[in-house]
Amino acid sequence: MSAFLDALRARRHTLAQRLPRWWNRALAGTLIVFGIVLPFFFPPDSGFMNGTIIAVAYAVMSLGLNIVVGFAGLLDLGYVAFYAIGAYSLGWFGSGFFFKLHIHVLVSPVARTLPGVHLNIVLILIGAAALCALAGMLIGLPTLRLRSDYIAIVTLAFGEIIATVAVNGQSVPVGGGMTLTAGNLGISAVDAPYFPGTGSFTLLDLRPWYWLIFAILLLVLFVNLRLRDSRLGRAWIALREDEVAAVSMGIPLVKTKLLAYSVGAAFGGMAGAFFGTYYTEVNASQFAFGFSIFILAMVIIGGLGSIWGAVAGGLTLGYINNYIIPDVLNDLPSKFGLHFQLTQVEFGIFGILLVIMMLLRPQGLIPERRRQIEMTAQITAEDAQLAEAPEGEVTVLLPPGEGAA
Amino acid sequence: MSAAGGPVPSTAPAMAAAPTPAVLRAERITKEFGGLVAVEDVSVDLPEHSIVSLIGPNGAGKTTLFNMLTGLYRPTRGRIVLGDRDITRSRPDVITGYGVARTFQNIRLFGAMTAVENVMIGHHARMRAGLFGSILRPPWVSREERATRERARELLAYVGLPRTVFDRLAAQLSYGDQRRVELARALAAEPSVLLLDEPTAGMNPRESAELTAFMRRLRDERALTILLIEHDMKVVMGVSERVTVLDHGRKIAEGEPAAVRTDPRVIEAYLGKQD
Repeated sequence: MSAFLDALRARRHTLAQRLPRWWNRALAGTLIVFGIVLPFFFPPDSGFMNGTIIAVAYAVMSLGLNIVVGFAGLLDLGYVAFYAIGAYSLGWFGSGFFFKLHIHVLVSPVARTLPGVHLNIVLILIGAAALCALAGMLIGLPTLRLRSDYIAIVTLAFGEIIATVAVNGQSVPVGGGMTLTAGNLGISAVDAPYFPGTGSFTLLDLRPWYWLIFAILLLVLFVNLRLRDSRLGRAWIALREDEVAAVSMGIPLVKTKLLAYSVGAAFGGMAGAFFGTYYTEVNASQFAFGFSIFILAMVIIGGLGSIWGAVAGGLTLGYINNYIIPDVLNDLPSKFGLHFQLTQVEFGIFGILLVIMMLLRPQGLIPERRRQIEMTAQITAEDAQLAEAPEGEVTVLLPPGEGAA
Repeated sequence: MSAAGGPVPSTAPAMAAAPTPAVLRAERITKEFGGLVAVEDVSVDLPEHSIVSLIGPNGAGKTTLFNMLTGLYRPTRGRIVLGDRDITRSRPDVITGYGVARTFQNIRLFGAMTAVENVMIGHHARMRAGLFGSILRPPWVSREERATRERARELLAYVGLPRTVFDRLAAQLSYGDQRRVELARALAAEPSVLLLDEPTAGMNPRESAELTAFMRRLRDERALTILLIEHDMKVVMGVSERVTVLDHGRKIAEGEPAAVRTDPRVIEAYLGKQD
C-alpha cells in the first residue's frame, strides 16, 4: 500500500518536474502575444489602459522585490526607497529641474531647446537601474550580519530616510541656486518618453506608454527566469534555506546577498523612473511607507519566491487599486444610499482581501513548487541563531549547540 | 569489516595524482566564547591521504574544532595551515574553495532544494558564472551548468542514492538518503580534505560498516584526507590510522587506535576515574 503511494507520489513529482518547463514557455508565449495586442481592444485614453499601465509597472516592482524577499529570503520593508531613487533619476535627468545645466542626449526637438538635463528615456532607465543597484548595496551592507526581523527594521528605516531626504531635499543646495529635490512641490514638467520615429508620448494616447512598460516587464521577467535557474539563483535559495551550510559549501555570503539587494533594487528603480514620467511629476509625497507594504503584499499574494506569482500579484493589486476600485466600483456605495466613495476605504478593502487570501490560499496565487511543498509538509528547518560569542569572533551565525558540542 | 578492527595499515594510495597535496594542520588553537574555553591549545595534524578520528565525550570541543578548521569560527589563538597556506583568518567559503569540505552532525541540507540541486551547490566554488553570465547565459555558462548537473548526478550515484529520488526535495528524503546527499554535496566541492561530523549517527551496525568501507574507498579513489568525528568505537578503530582524543577542550591523547584505546587517561575521560 505504502509502496503504491510512494510510486504515485514519485509519479506526480516527475510530472510536476516536467510541467514547469513546458508551462513557463507556453505561458510566456501567450503572455507576450496577448500583451502586445491588448491595447487594440480598448480606447487609447481609457481608464482601463491607465489601470493596465500602472498594474504592469507594479508587476515590475513586485518582480524586483521578489528577488530580495522571495529568492534570497531577506525581508525588505523599504522598497519604496528604490521607487523614489528611480523617480528622482527621471526628475534629475529628464526635466528642466537643474535649470543651470544644458545637457541634451537623444531627446525630442522641443526638449532640446529647454534648459536642464534632458536624456533619452532609455538612458534614464539604465541610469535609474544603476543608481538603485548601488543604493541597494548600501542598504544591504548594514543588514549582512542580521536575521529576518532585524533586516526588516533596517530596511524600513532606510525607506524612511530616503522619503525624508526627498521631502527635505528642497533645502539641500547642490550649487547654482539649484536644490536636490523639489520636496512636496514636486518636480514637474518632466519629459515624456521620446523615440525617433514615435515622437513624444502624450496622455491622449496611452498605448505607447503601455508598450514601453510592457517591454520593461518582459526584460525584467527574462532576467528573473534566467537568474532563478542559475548558479546565482541557487546560491540565493541556499542562503535562504541555511546560511551556515551555504557558506560552508563555498557561497560567499556578502557578495551573494548584496547582489540580491542590487538586482531587486535595479528593477524597482526602472519602474520608479517610468512612474516619474507617466505621472508627469516627481513628488516627495509619492514615496510613503505604505507603498513598501503594498509591493510586499503583491509578492505575498502572488506566492513568495514565485516569478509568475509576483506578476500575478502585481497585476491583481494594480488593477484593483487603479481600475476596479476607482473606475468600476467607486459609486457602488451611493447605489445603496451611502454617502462615501469606494476610494475612500480602499485600504480597508485591501486589508480584507489580504485576510481572506491568507485564510483561503496562504501559499499565494501561483505558489512556487518548493514553497508549496514546504507549506504542506511543514518542514521545520532549524532557525540559526547567533551563537553566544563576542563580536568579531564568529564569522557566520550558528545555531545553539552546534558550537558547544 | 572485522569485528575487532585492528589499525588499518596505512598504505599510500597508488593513484595519488594531486600535484600539491593539501595537508591540514592546526597549531595550538584555542577558542574562547566569552569566559568559556571551548577548545584549548589543541594541535592536530592530518597526514596526506590518512583518516584521522577525533573522539571525546559530549562537549569536548570536537565540533568547535571543526568549525575553526572550516572557518565558521576564528580561533582566539593559534594557527591553521592548509598545505603551505595560512587559513586561520580566511572566510568559510574561501576555505571551501581551497579544498576543505565538510558534513554536519545534524544534517544541514537545503530542504526546499532537490537532491541534485543540493549537490550542485557543493560545486558552487568551482563554477565561474557571475551575475551577467547567469543572465545572458553564453554557451560556456550553459556548458558549465550542464556539466555541474551531470557531475551532481554522478556523485549521487557514487554515494549510492537511488536514481528515483534524485529530483526529490531533500526534506522529503529518508534520513539515510539525506546523509548520502550531504556527503555527495561535500564531494562536489572537489575537496582534498574532507571533514565528517559524526557520519554514522543514527545508522545501524550494517550501515556503519558500509560507511566505514566507503570512507576507505573515498580516500583511495579520490585521494582524500579525512578527519572524522565519531562516537562509534567500532568505526573509529576500524578506519582510522590515528586518533586524537579531546576532553574538556584539551587534547588528552593521540596516536594509533590500539594505543589510544588502552590509554588510562582516555578510559578515565569516558568512564570516570576508578578508585
